[in-house]
Order: sequence, then C-alpha cells, then structure tokens
Amino acid sequence: MSALSRPRGPAALLHDGVILTWRNLVSLPRTPELLLFTLIQPIMFVLLFTYVFGGSIGQSLPPDVSYAQFLIPGIMVQTLVFSTNSTAVGLADDLQKGLVDRFRSLPIARSAVLVGRICSDAVRLTMVAVVLVAIGYVVGFRLEAGIGWGVLMILTAVAFGFSMSWIMATIGLSVRDAETASTAGFVWLFPLTFVSSVFVPVTSMPGWLQVIARNNPVTLLSNLLREFTLIGRPAAGTVLPVLLWMVGIVVVFAPLAVSRYRKV
Amino acid sequence: MSNLIEVNGLVKHFGATRAVDGVSFNVGTGTVLGLLGPNGAGKTTTVRMLATLLTPDAGSASIDGFDVVTDATSVRSIIGLTGQYAAVDEKLTGRENLWMVGRLLGMRRDDADARASELLARFRLSDAGDRQVKTYSGGMRRRVDLAVSLVGRPEVLFLDEPTTGLDPASRIEMWEVTRELISEGTTVLLTTQYLEEADELADRIVVIDSGRVIAEGTAEELKDRTGGRTLELTLTQRADLERATTIAMRIGDRPVTARSDVATLEVEVGRDTEYAARVVAALSEGGIAVEEFRLQRPSLDDVFLSLTGHAAEAEADGEEDENGDDEQADS
Repeated sequence: MSALSRPRGPAALLHDGVILTWRNLVSLPRTPELLLFTLIQPIMFVLLFTYVFGGSIGQSLPPDVSYAQFLIPGIMVQTLVFSTNSTAVGLADDLQKGLVDRFRSLPIARSAVLVGRICSDAVRLTMVAVVLVAIGYVVGFRLEAGIGWGVLMILTAVAFGFSMSWIMATIGLSVRDAETASTAGFVWLFPLTFVSSVFVPVTSMPGWLQVIARNNPVTLLSNLLREFTLIGRPAAGTVLPVLLWMVGIVVVFAPLAVSRYRKV
Repeated sequence: MSNLIEVNGLVKHFGATRAVDGVSFNVGTGTVLGLLGPNGAGKTTTVRMLATLLTPDAGSASIDGFDVVTDATSVRSIIGLTGQYAAVDEKLTGRENLWMVGRLLGMRRDDADARASELLARFRLSDAGDRQVKTYSGGMRRRVDLAVSLVGRPEVLFLDEPTTGLDPASRIEMWEVTRELISEGTTVLLTTQYLEEADELADRIVVIDSGRVIAEGTAEELKDRTGGRTLELTLTQRADLERATTIAMRIGDRPVTARSDVATLEVEVGRDTEYAARVVAALSEGGIAVEEFRLQRPSLDDVFLSLTGHAAEAEADGEEDENGDDEQADS
C-alpha cells in the first residue's frame, strides 16, 4: 500500500488546486488549433480596428497619442474579458461529462476544481496578453514608459480576468451545458466591453451612455492601463476603483460559485 | 458477517417526483449486491446519495460506519465510483488520468506513477496508456474509468450500470474484470437494468421499481419466489405429442402446453416436484418415448415481470422512461 499523505486545511486546497491546474494546462498544447484560434481573434481585432477605424477614431484622440497606443491597452481588457468565457465552458463541460462527479467523490478540497480551472485560465490569459503586446508592436504600439509598466499592465489585466472568471464559473455551473455556457457567457460581454473606452473615447457617446461607460469597470481598467503604458504612473484616484471592482467581484461571486459547485 | 453498507429509508425528491422513496438494504463486507431495476427506478439516485454526491431528503446511510452526510470526507476516502458515462478526462492520456487521481488522493509522484502502470497493465491498457482517452473505444473507456476508481484501493466500489451501451464482447470483458475484483474481496454495489448481469455477478439482489424496494434475496431465492417451475419434456416422436398432452392433462389441473415445433410438452408444476414425477411416470406407462426432460426454474426476467407487472429491460438503452429518468433526475 502506497503511503497517502493528504495535506489538511488551506494546504489541501493548494495541493489539489495545483494538480487540477496541471490537468487543464497539460492538454493545452495537444489542441494547437484551439490555441491558434484563441489568438487569431484578438490579432484580427487589432488589425481591423487599427486600419479600418483607426483613421477616423484617431482624430478624436489627443494629437500626441496614436490610435495604436490608445487601442492596445483597451483591446487587452476586451480580449481577456472575452477569454474568461472558457471558465464557464470548461466547468459546464466537466459537469456534462461526469468529471465533476468524479472529483466530488474524491476526498479533495471542495473548491479545488474551481481553483484549478480559474488558475489554468489565468495562465492562458497571460499568454494571450503577451501575444497582444507583440501584435501591438507590429501596428505601432510602444511601451513608452518602459517594460516594467508593460508587465504591470499584463498582470493587472490578468488579475481583472481572474475576478471575471468567478462570474463565469457561476454561469457555467448554473447552465450545466457547454454549449449554453458558451452563449450565456458571451452575450453580456458585448455591452460590457463596447459601452466603454476600449475602442473609442467615451466623449464621442451620447450623454446618458457616457454615464454608464465612465463607470464601467472595463473603462476604468482600460484607462488605468493606458496610464501605465503612456505616462508610467497612474493618475490620482484611478487605481482604487479598479481594485474595488476586482475585489468586489471576487467577494460576491467566489462564494456563489463554490455554493453552486456544492449543489450540482 | 458485518455490513459494510447500511441503508435506512433513503428518500430523494426531484420536484414532485419521489425518485427514491424509502429504500433500505445492507451490503455485507466482501459481498456483491446487485441493485436491479428498469431505467428511472432510482438506482443511480441511490448510488449518488451513497457516494456523497447527493444529500438525501430523509433516511440515512453509512459506509463502514461513516455517515454519508455528516462524515462525507471519510466516506469519500474509502469508496470508488464508476459511472454510467466514463468520467475521465478525454484530453488526458489514460496514464495521466490515473496519475492525477493518485496525486489527488495524496500519493507521492513515484507512487502515483507505479500505481498507474500497475492498473494499466491489469486492465490491458498498457499499450494505450499514453494515448489520449478520446481515442479509446467504448470498452477501453469503461476499463480506464474502472481503473481510475480503483487507484485508492477502495473498500467499497460502486459500479453504476457498468455495461450499459457496451457491445457484447466488451460487456463480457467488463464482467471478467469485475469478477476478478470480487474475488479479491472488494465490496461491490452494482446497479444494472440487465437481469443477466445481476445473476452473473451479484451474491444478493435488491429489486427496485419506482423508487421502492420490491424484492430482495439471492437470484435463486427470487426465482423460487415466483414458484413457477416448469417441467419440459422433449419427445422422441413428434407424432406422440397429442397423446402425451392428453395423458399429462389427466394427472391433475396443472396447465399443459404442447409446442409442436420442438416436440416439447411444458407442464407448469409450481413447487410440486412430486407432480412432475407423476407426469413422467404416466408418460412412460403410456409407452411414450421421452428424449429428455428437465425441471426449469424461472428466469429473472419472469421474476421481474411477476413482481412489477412490467418487463425489466427496455428495448434499447434509450431514455424511454416515464417517472423521472435517472440521469435527468440527477442533474
């Protein structure tokens, strides 16, 4: 009989979370097509927006800011937010295939499956973010404030994606079917990311919409990331709202997702 | 013999449906209990409650003394669960699936490696071990699923419809593997809608229908319960069949059926073996040559039909079920 030594308490969650993160990541290179198409969408968006809309939108930007400089931080937020959909799809798929039953019949930490999914998705988000910066360089984006602020931009965007993943986990465990999860996770992301400063300056919108757009966490985060890359320091009072949104989302949705997981 | 599994009045509702409606039974240590019933009878729901995946609405159950609700973690460390649909990660290889579960159970890396190799060899999956599970055949998936549920050497194994949807060859292969496990002393709770499967593998059978236990006993006891033994006499000369029928009917009031296609006479003698002897003797006196005779006990199919008033096995494995299909009920 091989020795069993399961850690207890929070160490158990770490132990199980690491193994389940591994399970989601190890198969990633085996479906290179999937990885490729995950990356094609943001690349396409960068090229389309820069060359199709960039000319006209760029005119409403301050004269010293190029559209690429404006677009890349925003599109990074938009892309990562959309990428969190895989948390909903992945969990719904595990539910549908009976894998969640398998894990729930094992003496492992209750939230380990969620943690494993969300952490592996965060790794994937980081990869997408790095690719975005690279394609940004092709269209004229530059990390003017230095590489350190670039790294901070990626980390902050991924952290926001991490918090959004908890919403997606709640959705995935509620709809319980991978196809429905894919749609249910997607639809609300369009207004969330388009009614924001991701693609255009908020000032170009009608007044009532500006109110929503200005308070949208996607706007707050996009603007913060622009300050990181352009100026190299956040303006006064721009960090706290973003931080509050991220913490708030996790505080509300992590317990919700865990309780849904327990009841499935 | 002590009971490893004790189930007392389990109840589970899904909306208005009482999927499990007061089920009680015990499973002795080292024995195999077959939970037999049609689709939607509540078998899977019962197993899911025992495997700590569902909380009962009423009643209680314990495994090796651990309550499935209040001591779920202890229960989880001594059970193995193999579901109707292979619950393994298709994107991982067979070996990775086994390794992952070993690690989750707290094995060291090399122990998990060794256990994975051992189980792959045992389930004839060594060659396929490093391929992704999505390339496996149906039978191979079931075997790897079973292997995964055995990584932690569970005291109790739940086999939930282990052969549903498998082709006959794969089914027999699953039976062989299961028999090996049984011979090693693992306590098994097997759910099945196949009477043949319960007969082949189980020491005792609990028949459930519409969420209730309707009969319990060994396969032999259940067959005895209907009491209907049939004396079958195959005649040497088909031409004698009519005369033989007349002689057999003169013995008493037991029903006689003549089957001219196989030159066979069937007399329903119930429990009365004496009656059967008299029929055989009378035919012999009447100068009728009997090629062969045998006392046939009812099949479990007959038993099920007489217990429930409907047949046990659905035509196909489809979800043609009226009172809350197992899967639907569980989801």
